[in-house]
Amino acid sequence: MKLKKPFLLILTLALSISLAACGNNKNSNAGGSTNTEKENTGSKNTTQTSDLSGSILASGSTALQPLVDQVGKKFNEKNPGVSVQVQGGGSGTGLTQVSGGQVQIGNSDVFAEEKLDASAAAELKDHQVAVVAMAAVTNKDTGVTNLTKQQLVDIFTGKITNWKDVQGKDQPIVIVNRPSSSGTRATFEKFALGQKTEDIKGSIQEDSSGTVAKIVAETPGAIGYLALSYIDDTVQSISYDGVEATVDNVASGKYPVWAYEHMYTKGEPDETTKAFLDYFLSPEVQDSDVVDLGYIPVSKMQVKRDAEGKIVQ
Amino acid sequence: MKANNEAPVLFRRHKAEEWIGRIYTTVCVLFLIVIIFSIVYFVATKGVATFAVDGVSMSEFLFGNSWGPDDNKFGALPFIAGSFITSLLAALIASPLSICASLFMTEIVPSWGKKLLLPVIELLAGIPSVVYGFIGLTVLVPFLRDTFPGQGYGVAAGSIVLSIMILPTITSVATDALGSLPRNLKEASYGLGATRWQTISGVVLPTVLPAVLTGVVLGMARAFGEALAVQMVIGNAPYVPTSLFESASTLTSVITLNMSNTVMGTVQNNVLWSMALLLLFMTFIFIFVVRLLERRAKI
Repeated sequence: MKLKKPFLLILTLALSISLAACGNNKNSNAGGSTNTEKENTGSKNTTQTSDLSGSILASGSTALQPLVDQVGKKFNEKNPGVSVQVQGGGSGTGLTQVSGGQVQIGNSDVFAEEKLDASAAAELKDHQVAVVAMAAVTNKDTGVTNLTKQQLVDIFTGKITNWKDVQGKDQPIVIVNRPSSSGTRATFEKFALGQKTEDIKGSIQEDSSGTVAKIVAETPGAIGYLALSYIDDTVQSISYDGVEATVDNVASGKYPVWAYEHMYTKGEPDETTKAFLDYFLSPEVQDSDVVDLGYIPVSKMQVKRDAEGKIVQ
Repeated sequence: MKANNEAPVLFRRHKAEEWIGRIYTTVCVLFLIVIIFSIVYFVATKGVATFAVDGVSMSEFLFGNSWGPDDNKFGALPFIAGSFITSLLAALIASPLSICASLFMTEIVPSWGKKLLLPVIELLAGIPSVVYGFIGLTVLVPFLRDTFPGQGYGVAAGSIVLSIMILPTITSVATDALGSLPRNLKEASYGLGATRWQTISGVVLPTVLPAVLTGVVLGMARAFGEALAVQMVIGNAPYVPTSLFESASTLTSVITLNMSNTVMGTVQNNVLWSMALLLLFMTFIFIFVVRLLERRAKI
């Protein structure tokens, strides 16, 4: 009895705490919204705060997540009645969840048409909020700073296996790839290589940009590809057909390896979500947060692309 | 009079407590059973969909050698092979170390050996797997790259990282088995004039072998299911490795790499669930083997 009692007590305590936590959550949510509504009505005359309320749930692309997170916080400061929650999970998860109606916004690195079947993709409305450019990167000691499209193709299909064949050092090439389902890989293959590639025996695959950057920086003879925001001076950024991967070159259309970051909604967004997306595309966000985090503002782009990757306009 | 009045009250409180406890545990257990069966059901329906809905042939999945779900190539053999090779090698590396550690703690220096070594080994179990992966990536891979041919990424790196991760599992099971060995067995052996080493190798080890093997199997099961640390150091190329220092994949590493990039309900996603189902089957088999060994272990 002496032993059992405290045990039971602890168990019930744990259960009641977890139950209370659930209850609290709901309470605080409800309380929070009523509070903010009150504040809103009170402060309407003095500040510009809106009557918007509700919550926006966004999930998907981890590449876009930090930006959405940051913009979400800023949006929440302006509209205290709206809570923006951002989850990762990958482009596939984002598209699945927005398509299934579980989230208001699905973030994706690729067009929905590339992942979902046509009928599901047709239901989604695309909001392109930023552009992300990618460049091939190598280990610093390969002695190569520029590669042509053909050379890249030969490297990633395994035809060229030594850096000396592309005017580099005599050193075997180590390919650091993304898994075949990755959106980054799809973009790189589509716009840099112009073809799909098979995984080569002995190549290394990682899905996190941070890990890819680390492996390329530390493995002699390594080549991989990264979004511009992940490229620092621990790796060598490679020019593509003589064009450097810079923001200006991407915006003017000279540098072709880039993709849109999409925020999909199912059908037309509701009022709150629409306000958030509009805010995302406003100069206030595009010229500061988007640039700060290493993306390229959509407004800056002088070329446009459709889902097939063709240049329109 | 007083005693007569109090007795039924106490009795009732007792009863009530008894019932509350009973109901509470029953509800918890039922909840647990529902959760477990839902998980199995979910993984099974998703995993079977690859074959039933998408029409991928099961023999291609199990024995096919080429992987490329975008081009309708669903051969998972490289990953199955990778999983088995790494977890077997990890068990091979870890078992002798674990058995020696537990012998040291129970037979050789039970007094301070157990006080010092056991907490240290248990500490290994508490380190998150991402830390193991990161250490593997930063220390082990460069070391292997400089010492052996190849890039350092591969089966060898994966097995070594895994072997350290499963060390605590095997050690604690082996230590328990050795600790519960009846004293009279050893005393009889000493009484016959056997040395300590003769006793250990001739009496102690053969007696506890089934129990120690249980630990090894449990360790292998853990190695089989470990994803993150292995994924970071194994390289993940979808090929059956021909050398220890060549990039290879495991079932778990392929699932974690691709799951977030694929859309639910597509073949690309379903085939990953089939791999999860395969992992679940392997877990069942491991548990079955452990049960079998436990039955034999009874002395």
